[in-house]
Amino acid sequence: MDVMPMILTMADVMPAAAEIFVAAAACVLLLVDALGGGRARGLAFVLAIAALAGAAWVSSTVGTDGRTVILWGHFVADPMGTVLKLFSYGAAALTLLYSREYLERRDLLKGEYLVLALCAVLGIQVIVSAGSFLSLYLGIEIMSLSLYAMVAFDRDDGVAAESAMKYFVLGAIASGALLYGISILYGVTGTFLIDGVAFAVAQGRAPDIGLLLGIAFIVVGVAFKFGAVPFHMWLPDVYHGAPTPVTLFVGSAPKIASFALAMRVLAEGLGGALDAWQDMLVVLAALSMAVGNLVAIAQTNIKRMLAYSTISHVGFILLGILAGNAAGYRAALFYTLTYVIMTTAAFGVVLWYSRKGFEADALDDYKGLNRRHPWFAFVMLLVMFGLAGVPPTVGFWAKLQVIAAVLDVRLTWLAAFAVLMSVIGAYYYLRVVKLMYFDEPVTAGQDESRFAVRLVLSLNGLAILALGLFPGYLLRLCEQVLR
Amino acid sequence: MIGLAHYLLLAGVLFAIAVAGIFINRRNVILLLMCIELMLLAVNFNFVAFSRFLGILDGQVFVFFILTVAAAEAAIGLAILVVLFRQRRSINVEDLDAMKG
Repeated sequence: MDVMPMILTMADVMPAAAEIFVAAAACVLLLVDALGGGRARGLAFVLAIAALAGAAWVSSTVGTDGRTVILWGHFVADPMGTVLKLFSYGAAALTLLYSREYLERRDLLKGEYLVLALCAVLGIQVIVSAGSFLSLYLGIEIMSLSLYAMVAFDRDDGVAAESAMKYFVLGAIASGALLYGISILYGVTGTFLIDGVAFAVAQGRAPDIGLLLGIAFIVVGVAFKFGAVPFHMWLPDVYHGAPTPVTLFVGSAPKIASFALAMRVLAEGLGGALDAWQDMLVVLAALSMAVGNLVAIAQTNIKRMLAYSTISHVGFILLGILAGNAAGYRAALFYTLTYVIMTTAAFGVVLWYSRKGFEADALDDYKGLNRRHPWFAFVMLLVMFGLAGVPPTVGFWAKLQVIAAVLDVRLTWLAAFAVLMSVIGAYYYLRVVKLMYFDEPVTAGQDESRFAVRLVLSLNGLAILALGLFPGYLLRLCEQVLR
Repeated sequence: MIGLAHYLLLAGVLFAIAVAGIFINRRNVILLLMCIELMLLAVNFNFVAFSRFLGILDGQVFVFFILTVAAAEAAIGLAILVVLFRQRRSINVEDLDAMKG
C-alpha cells in the first residue's frame, strides 16, 4: 500500500461541507437546549428546521456534476448523493413540522429529540456519500443508534420501550451480518473501498465461493435494514409501538438511506457479480410483496397496516434494483423518492388527526372523516390512491417504472406477480377510503392545528397528484443523476 | 501449524454461536446483548486474521472502529433495557409480547 499524504486542504473537505454543517448544528442545538432549558424549546425547534434548510443550501451549492472522491476514497460526492440528501432533509423537516403539536401536547418536545433527529440525518448523509465499507458502516450506526433512542424516547410508554428493544436487537443482528459479509469481501478482495472491490470483482480476482459467501451476508444485512421479508420482523412492531412522530421519522428518511446502501454496495461495489445477488433479491422482492400485501389486510391499526404496506413497497423498490441496469436503478430511485413523499403525507394525516389522549391509530377512528374534515379526507384519499398505485397519482408511475424494468430483464413471471400483488394491495388502501367516505363518524375530532402545518400537509398531499399528472420533471431528474 | 483457515473457522463458529444464542434464548435480554457483542468480536477476528494474512493494515483499523461502535451500541442497548425494566419490572424475553399481528 502506498503512503498517502496526511495533509487536508479546504478543497479536499469541501464536498463534505453539508455533513460537517449538520454535525456542527447538532452540537449547537445540544448547547442551546442545555443552556436555555425549557424556555428555549421553541428556539431549538426553529434552529433544527433552519439547520436542515441550511444543509439543503450547502448541499446544493457544493453539489457536483461529476463524481468527486475525497478522503482517500472513503467519501464520494455525486449527483445521486446530492438528490438523495436533499430529499432526506426535506423528509426530516416535514417530520419535525408535523410532529411538533403531537409532542407539545404530550410534553415530549425536548431538545434531545431534535438533536437525535439531526444525528440520524447525519448518518443518512454519511451512508449516501459512502465511498468505502468503513464509512458505510459508520453511517449506518450513526443513523441506527439515533433511531433506537428516538423510538424509546417516551420513557413512560412500556410499549415503545419494547419496540425499541426489538428494533435494537434486530438492528444489531443486521449490522453484524453486514459486517461479517464485509470482512469476507475484504479477505477475498484485499480492500474495503467500494471502488476497489468493484475493480477486483470485475477482474475476476476474487474466488467465487468466498465472494458468494460475502454477498450472501451483505444481502441479509441490506434486507434487514430495508425490512424485506423474511427479515421484516422488527418493522411492524417498531411502527406500531413507537410514538407516531418517530414512526413517521423511521418510515421516511431512513428509506432513502436503505436505497443508498443497496445502490452503493450492490450496484456500485458488486455490480460485476450481478448474477450472484439477483436471484437472492428476486426471492426477497417476491416474498415482501406477498407477505406485506396479504398481512396488511388483516390489520386494524393504521400504523401497523402502513408498516406492512412499507414491506410491500420495499418489495417493489427491490424489483428495480434487481434489474441491475440503469433503467432499473432509475426506477428504484423514482420509487423511493415518491414513496417517501407518500408515506410522509400518510403519517402526517395521522399526526394531524391525533389529539391529547387520542392517538388516531385505529382504522375505525377514520370512519366518516369526510363529514367532519372533507379537505383532509381528500388528502388521505390521495395518499391511499398513491400508495395503491391508482392513476393519476404518482404511485402509478412508480409501479409502472419498476415493472417495466423487470420486464426488460425478462423476468416476466415476477412482473405478473407484482401486478397481481398490487391489485390485492389496493383492497386495504381502498378500505380506508371507504371508511372515510361511506361510514358514520364514531369519534369526534376537531381541527386545532396550526395554519402552517395544515398548509404544508395539504401541499404534501397535492404533490402526490401533481407529480402524477406531471411526472416528467422527477423522471428526468432521476435519469440525469444516474448517468 | 495454525493457518488462516483455523482463524476463519473460529470466527465462523463464534458468529454462529452468537446468532443461535439470539434466536434460542428466551429468558434474559442481557444475554441478547452479550450475543450481539460476541457477534461483533467474531467479525473482528475475521478482520484481524485477513489483515495479517494479506499483509495490509487497514483491516485492523476497521477493528478499532468496530470496537468503538460496539461500546456505543452497548450503551444504547443498556439504556433501553433500563427503560424497559422500569416499565415492566422484568427483562424476560418472553414478556416482550405487548404487540401482536
